[in-house]
Amino acid sequence: MKSKVDSKFTPMIGLEIHCQLNTLKTKLFCSCNAQFRGEEPNTYTCPVCLGLPGSLPTVNENAIDCAIKLAHAFDSKINKRMYFFRKNYFYPDLPQNFQITQYNKAGGVAFADGGTISIKFDNKIKNIELDRFHLENDPGKLVHEGGDIESSNETLVDYNRSGIALIEIVTKPVIESPREARIFLKKLRSIISHCEIVDLTKDGAMRVDANISIKGHARAEVKNINSFKEVERALKWEIKRQINKLKKGQETEQETRNWNGKITTLLRSKESENEYRYFPEADLVPIEIKQDWIDDIKEKMPELPDERIARLQEEYGLKEYDATVITEDKEVADFYEECCKLNENYEAIKNWLMNDIMGILNEENLSISSTELKPKLVDEFISAIDSGKVTTKIAKKYISKIIKGIGIKKWMKKQGVKKITDKEKLNELADKIISDNPDVVEDLKKKPKTFQYFVGQMMKATRGQADIQLTRKILKEKLKKYMK
Amino acid sequence: MTKDSKLTIEDTQEIAKLARLQLSKEEEEKFTTQLNNILQYFEKLSELDTKNVEPRTHPNDIVNSFREDVVEESLDKEEALKNAPEKKDSYFKAPKIV
Ligand SMILES: [Zn+2]
Repeated sequence: MKSKVDSKFTPMIGLEIHCQLNTLKTKLFCSCNAQFRGEEPNTYTCPVCLGLPGSLPTVNENAIDCAIKLAHAFDSKINKRMYFFRKNYFYPDLPQNFQITQYNKAGGVAFADGGTISIKFDNKIKNIELDRFHLENDPGKLVHEGGDIESSNETLVDYNRSGIALIEIVTKPVIESPREARIFLKKLRSIISHCEIVDLTKDGAMRVDANISIKGHARAEVKNINSFKEVERALKWEIKRQINKLKKGQETEQETRNWNGKITTLLRSKESENEYRYFPEADLVPIEIKQDWIDDIKEKMPELPDERIARLQEEYGLKEYDATVITEDKEVADFYEECCKLNENYEAIKNWLMNDIMGILNEENLSISSTELKPKLVDEFISAIDSGKVTTKIAKKYISKIIKGIGIKKWMKKQGVKKITDKEKLNELADKIISDNPDVVEDLKKKPKTFQYFVGQMMKATRGQADIQLTRKILKEKLKKYMK
Repeated sequence: MTKDSKLTIEDTQEIAKLARLQLSKEEEEKFTTQLNNILQYFEKLSELDTKNVEPRTHPNDIVNSFREDVVEESLDKEEALKNAPEKKDSYFKAPKIV
């Protein structure tokens, strides 16, 4: 519910999302290795991506394939003829003092215009319209010595990232709340992971800037929202700042702000677009995309999230919500389906995977592929529960081991060292449980299955550590006179 | 810029600012005159009738000059950092920025 005061102030959010085409082998305009992460600074550079005089860029053909793929996924209109522009500005992360990008003014066009991404929330579907997306090169990485961007004394630059292919996706300012923005970004992430053009497990593979305004007032651009999780917080904070300002009778200003994890602070008054002095990049010839190129890629399109969500419901009986959550990350959805090939308890696999295993992975910031988690371990685990060999309690204790590649059987054997095999101790415990439950002993005469209750109590009293074989033997001996 | 508009001293100051150049008063005046001369020279092109000519951005008709996505060797670190005015470890070093 919105309060009266707030409904006077309608937030309008537009997002700019930069995606690194890090599944490519090389950078956008040079043949330097694009797998730069974890490498020593400035070891993946060449005259082109260092901006040395006389060097000439050339376009990586596979980057165009990626962009066409994305256009199909969004249903955007690909511009058939385009050329690159130089966007001029001085900043140490750009050794050329210009970024090679695409521009939809001054006679230029983006790579593709329009398109939509549909999101579902509160039982309604909203189509978020995209304005355009374009190709450009990533700048280098700045390291702020002794603090962050606001407090550091010097700036170190690593150009390994300089020239990595980026796709910048720009939405129309049609997102109305921080929550909507988060849901949209999850869907976008899901689409991109299904297109397999961005390896999202890599830090900074997808970066978000947000344009935020209150309807009828000047907008601020918020930069450096580093993690997806922070988008909602950053937007909430900035909207509140703007509304507070307007309530005081002041005006918002067009400016660029920095999100530092807690608040947004003024970075600079926004350059007017003129200051970038965009002009055609004459070092690169125009690109013409013929229909057969577009059709070729269309034929090779992978299954996209919406289709997959429908199929998962159909094939595995999942609820729409669960199918949607699983599909958020292609890797997770693929893994789920692999598990389902081995074990038919689809519901149990979903529960353990989404509630427990993903919880652990998210907490430790790991992807499935970076761990030893394998479908056969999940199968072994679910089978052990279904056959009664493992109680839920033990399962909960075990589950963090599954991502280390340890099977449940192996783990139980190892745990077995701690198994209580002390006959005397178990005898004593059995006597106590039997004398504590005279009613159940009565029941046992009629229903032999009640025996299982005593086994359960024994396991409970020993926190699952009693040797199951021995426990059964002892109980059977003590209770056999009541059975049959 | 329309045909008769002239570059002012403020324009020169703005251009200098964007190019991170610090100009003296004399230089500002000198460059304003020189830039205006250059612009005036280009004004000659306006005398041509270009009504039926498509704007060109590139000097020839070549399109789609692509490169295959194959890794080639990069420069080694020493080579890459050779021209840096300042460096630290294997980084380029730049003044504090905001
Ligand atoms: Zn390079």
